[in-house]
Amino acid sequence: MNAVLSQNASAEPDAGNVRRAGADLAVLSLSKAFGGVHAVEDLSFHIRAGTIHSVIGPNGAGKTTLFNLITGLYQPDQGEVLLNGQSVQGMPPERLARLGMSRTFQNLQICMNMSAVENVMLGRHLHLKRNFLAALLRWPSLRRSERACREQARELLCFVGCEAYLEAEASAMPYGALKRLEIARALATEPGILLLDEPAAGLNSAETAALERLIQRVADQGVTVVLVEHDMKLVMAVSDQVLVLDYGRKLAEGTPQEVRHNPDVIAAYLGG
Amino acid sequence: MRLSMPSKMPGLPVLVLVLLLVPIILNDEFYLDIATQMALIAATVVGLNLLVGYAGQVSLGHAAFFAMGAYGSAILTGTYGWTPVPALLCAALLVATLAWLVGRPILRLKGHYLSMATLGLGIIIAIVINNEGWLTGGPDGIPVQPLSLMGFELSIFDEYHLFGLVISGTHAWYALAGVLLVLAVWIAQNLIDSPIGRALRAVHGSEVAARTVGVDTSHYKLLIFVISAVYASVMGSFFAHYTGFITPQLATFEHSIELITMVVLGGMGSTYGVIIGAVLLLLLPQLLTDFHEYEMMMFGLILMLTMIFMPKGLLPTLSALVKRHWPAGVRSSGPEG
Repeated sequence: MNAVLSQNASAEPDAGNVRRAGADLAVLSLSKAFGGVHAVEDLSFHIRAGTIHSVIGPNGAGKTTLFNLITGLYQPDQGEVLLNGQSVQGMPPERLARLGMSRTFQNLQICMNMSAVENVMLGRHLHLKRNFLAALLRWPSLRRSERACREQARELLCFVGCEAYLEAEASAMPYGALKRLEIARALATEPGILLLDEPAAGLNSAETAALERLIQRVADQGVTVVLVEHDMKLVMAVSDQVLVLDYGRKLAEGTPQEVRHNPDVIAAYLGG
Repeated sequence: MRLSMPSKMPGLPVLVLVLLLVPIILNDEFYLDIATQMALIAATVVGLNLLVGYAGQVSLGHAAFFAMGAYGSAILTGTYGWTPVPALLCAALLVATLAWLVGRPILRLKGHYLSMATLGLGIIIAIVINNEGWLTGGPDGIPVQPLSLMGFELSIFDEYHLFGLVISGTHAWYALAGVLLVLAVWIAQNLIDSPIGRALRAVHGSEVAARTVGVDTSHYKLLIFVISAVYASVMGSFFAHYTGFITPQLATFEHSIELITMVVLGGMGSTYGVIIGAVLLLLLPQLLTDFHEYEMMMFGLILMLTMIFMPKGLLPTLSALVKRHWPAGVRSSGPEG
């Protein structure tokens, strides 16, 4: 299954099996306040390339704000975000995508006016020829690259376990499948780092188990995975490192084992 | 393995068929004249629909772009003696530049600022056309040379002999307008089915999602705004050559509203729907003799009723009805579908 994108490599060389190496992410004393509330405060951490790093914390701990700061949807008040050593804070999401950053959303961001396959094809945007005249005149080379892109999108849908929805409109798909569709779209960008915002929320235990295998397979391909998640079983099972946030600050960081036995973490979660 | 077809292509043969049937069924100079004007306006609206239906932006100044094309051609061919084709291209280039200059700062902003900007731009252009009489003929209007290419002149008052057939000028112009409409639809559909079109539809679906996969949304909105303005300009040029006389009436705010009403009535985002919208709205004044006096009221009423009772517009609403009553299972869809 590792070769999910490589089968069609002959049709379009630059879109094929050349996976980006996982990206390395460093956050240096990052802060963001909304009004008087410090959603993220003086937060620093480092995520090594190719690892699975989870961010956990009680509701309102600043996890989603942190994601939005990293992915360029919010501007930080202070601090730095380094992607592979390059300073990227304040960059808009469309530029970060070019640098290999991709994400999913807690409240789904699916284009409901398109089919499942088209949603994934959208993820291939940066890898496609977007020549304007070729588009106007329906150039044969454009038709070929569109066919190859559609085929890749279908393979990615199968990869994330959406093979039942190859012909479906996004608006006709159930919630669990849409969550996987979003992951397929994010993977279509060939990311170096993939940020998943609560991918297991609303999934049943069988779906969560499938998600766990999927995250593992994505990481096996060398992609750095950052996970915001409330499902502790999933977090403990897949993570290399866990970062615990509370009121926008770092409460603890370490392997799942270390975090599980950290007295501060236990206190924060049990309300001590 | 089944690959789904590009969704909207079967409409093109139907359009060609209808265009071929019109002169056979309504073989009358008067009807053909109306049909020719309809085809040119419909092509303009197909371009406007790219902006409204796919980039989710509203232009309230498209009549001004149409008029700029018309006046550009009229002035360059009449006053300066250019041949029509370079004049048409030059006017289109001018309109494209203007649209780019206005759209570039505006489309970086979220929201409907483009409507305000184009409203203002349209009014300014209308005033300039009205007041600069030395160039534009002022409120009295200006005559336009017939269309010609490499010495061959296309005028409604001539007759043409082709393969032993005698074709009136009206027929020839109808044929040209029909070809232009088909071309306009073909290009619009190509754009919609391309990665650029997909990116634009994604902006409608979820702008955040589009941006996080690398779509530079303001760039594509600007691109489509310029394209839709060029559509209007080119069709304005042809319209001027066809009618042979143009007035500042073309550039009015009312005319812009009429174009938007056609899009909304026919169905935003439906290329064939907006053609039907254009045909219906252009039929109204033919059916109701007093229409002109109540024009703005009628447009307002149509806009309101459409928005309340069929917000998706005529064609999408009708095709949804057909699909509901005859769910023939021809459509491919997912297991839930």
